[in-house]
Amino acid sequence: MSNGILVFAEHRDGSLNKTSFEAIAAAQSLGAELGQEVSAVLLGSGASGLAEEIAAYALSKVIYAENEKLKEYTPDGYTDAMERVIRAADPQYVIMPHTYLVRDYAPKLAARFGKGLISDCIRAKISDGVVTFTRRIFLGKMDADVVSDGEPPVFATFQSGAYRGDQAQKGSSAAQVETMPVEVGEVRMKPEAPFQEVKQAVDLSKADVIVAIGRGIKSKENIELAEKLAAALGGDIAASRPICDAEWLPIDRQIGSSGQTVAPKLYIALGISGAIQHLVGMKNSGTIVAINKDPEAPIFDIADYGIVGDLFDAVPVLTEEIKKIKEQ
Amino acid sequence: MKIIVLMKQVANKDAILRINKEGTWIEEGDLSFEVNESDGYALEESLRLKEKHGGEVIVCSMGPQRVKTVIKDALARGADRAIHVSGDDLQHLSPYAAANILADAVRDEQPDLIMTGLQSDDYGYAQTGVIMAELLGMPHATIVIEVDASGEQLRVKRELESGWYQWYEMPKPALLTIQSGISQIRYATLKGIMAAKKKEIKEVSPAIDARPSHQRIEKIYLPEKTKQTQFLGNGDAKAGAVALAEKLRNEARVI
Ligand SMILES: Cc1cc2nc3c(=O)[nH]c(=O)nc-3n(C[C@H](O)[C@H](O)[C@H](O)COP(=O)(O)OP(=O)(O)OC[C@H]3O[C@@H](n4cnc5c(N)ncnc54)[C@H](O)[C@@H]3O)c2cc1C
Repeated sequence: MSNGILVFAEHRDGSLNKTSFEAIAAAQSLGAELGQEVSAVLLGSGASGLAEEIAAYALSKVIYAENEKLKEYTPDGYTDAMERVIRAADPQYVIMPHTYLVRDYAPKLAARFGKGLISDCIRAKISDGVVTFTRRIFLGKMDADVVSDGEPPVFATFQSGAYRGDQAQKGSSAAQVETMPVEVGEVRMKPEAPFQEVKQAVDLSKADVIVAIGRGIKSKENIELAEKLAAALGGDIAASRPICDAEWLPIDRQIGSSGQTVAPKLYIALGISGAIQHLVGMKNSGTIVAINKDPEAPIFDIADYGIVGDLFDAVPVLTEEIKKIKEQ
Repeated sequence: MKIIVLMKQVANKDAILRINKEGTWIEEGDLSFEVNESDGYALEESLRLKEKHGGEVIVCSMGPQRVKTVIKDALARGADRAIHVSGDDLQHLSPYAAANILADAVRDEQPDLIMTGLQSDDYGYAQTGVIMAELLGMPHATIVIEVDASGEQLRVKRELESGWYQWYEMPKPALLTIQSGISQIRYATLKGIMAAKKKEIKEVSPAIDARPSHQRIEKIYLPEKTKQTQFLGNGDAKAGAVALAEKLRNEARVI
């Protein structure tokens, strides 16, 4: 009978991804409440050192699935390997971090078991042995409580930040590492080396004040309004993804998971709804201000100060007031 | 090159969402809808590939009659014909069930490429495309930001986290999930809108009765607030701005 929790540890360039520790924390918390053992799996080639590193955590064992074809990540390679590990270990839950890599292969893996993932969860609650997962839907505007139907294994992925990596518990002694030579079929995709685009022209990570605009700004012409506010504050202008997608501002002004990560003293979000992919890039800012006409916009959940209303009314007044204060 | 683009209709981003009586989904009766953002980019990229390499673009959308708006708009922008997988409750399927039905709907077309957005703005599963690729036996790539289809093999640029990218090469047929911003989206022209009226929309009803579900929504609700936000201005944005400047100066001391 299926039993236990298997947690997937991700790594790149010889080091473990920090979300792997968050996933371990998630799995340990589930394991404690369900009274089930937690083991981890790492895929790779010549990566046994990383498996040893994970073995320091409180786990019943670490499965290190090895094959030459797992040297570099490919969806075909990872899916084949994970399928074999899961069929051998027969866990009840498979827990993974909701990273770009997991998004790329895990749905394919789950499909091999005739199902999908309970993806991008922000928490899990257990009552009477039933796990209720919570996912954000509608770009963060609503939460949904989800339960799994049908046969194990249940595949669940957790959003970055849902659990704290530093709360993953270390074990009193190292867990056993079980090396498992794993068969991998044909790998159809050939990856080239990952790269970064030519050095970014603006580095917003050092800015003290950032005025960020979102789709609420409506048109390229209106950006001037936000630029005037930024000038009055002596700050920089930045944006959410749709603004850069539309090429109203260059991509090096984008804040978020696929843009820059910033932590200025003051972050003013104008007409930004607050999708998780944006929040991860700015949530550690000192003082966060949001101006948005939707009182339920998720950005307010992390804002210190909020104005519910039209940014086109608020921003010119705010700019004038700040100029007055600065002239004092 | 024969390209199928999967496009989903979702609630308008600016729509006020109200929870239904059962508490299991939003009230859809008086909602306005639009095309899922990244699916719009998937269509644009498909049209550009067709312009470069020739072939055909077939748009496929699943849902009740209202999704015809998405289909007609895609035809007006330049898609050649459409498949409407029609049914009233199809938009609430699990990603695995949805992928099964969509795979059945397009299998016989034997496309060279299937394109779709990287996730939907409502459920946000980010799985349907990938599962479909598995069911159809195709290789796939997700979060694609550039496509080079000029060679024998397909080359795609994938977005990785925090400003990293990676090129992948794979054989056709393949399935790609497209990231927003891959190219600038065109508007439908009047000529396009007229031409669309003559284009074929094939309506199919899902062939499988057993729609395996593996996850069930028990309830939806507004997220609990974790931070105490000070709301300023009481609905008056200008008054709020005056109060905010004062707070930033004297309370937060950031200016
Ligand atoms: C893999 C992936 C990576 C991503 N990476 C990023 C990223 O790095 N950065 C990023 O930002 N996003 C990213 N996104 C996109 C993200 O999910 C959201 O779609 C995006 O952040 C939304 O931008 P927005 O808030 O500007 O637009 P919307 O969500 O459309 O919000 C606009 C807001 O403006 C408000 N508004 C409208 N008019 C007014 C007005 N007159 N006055 C006041 N308020 C008004 C509305 O109420 C609404 O809340 C990514 C998505 C994915 C799937």
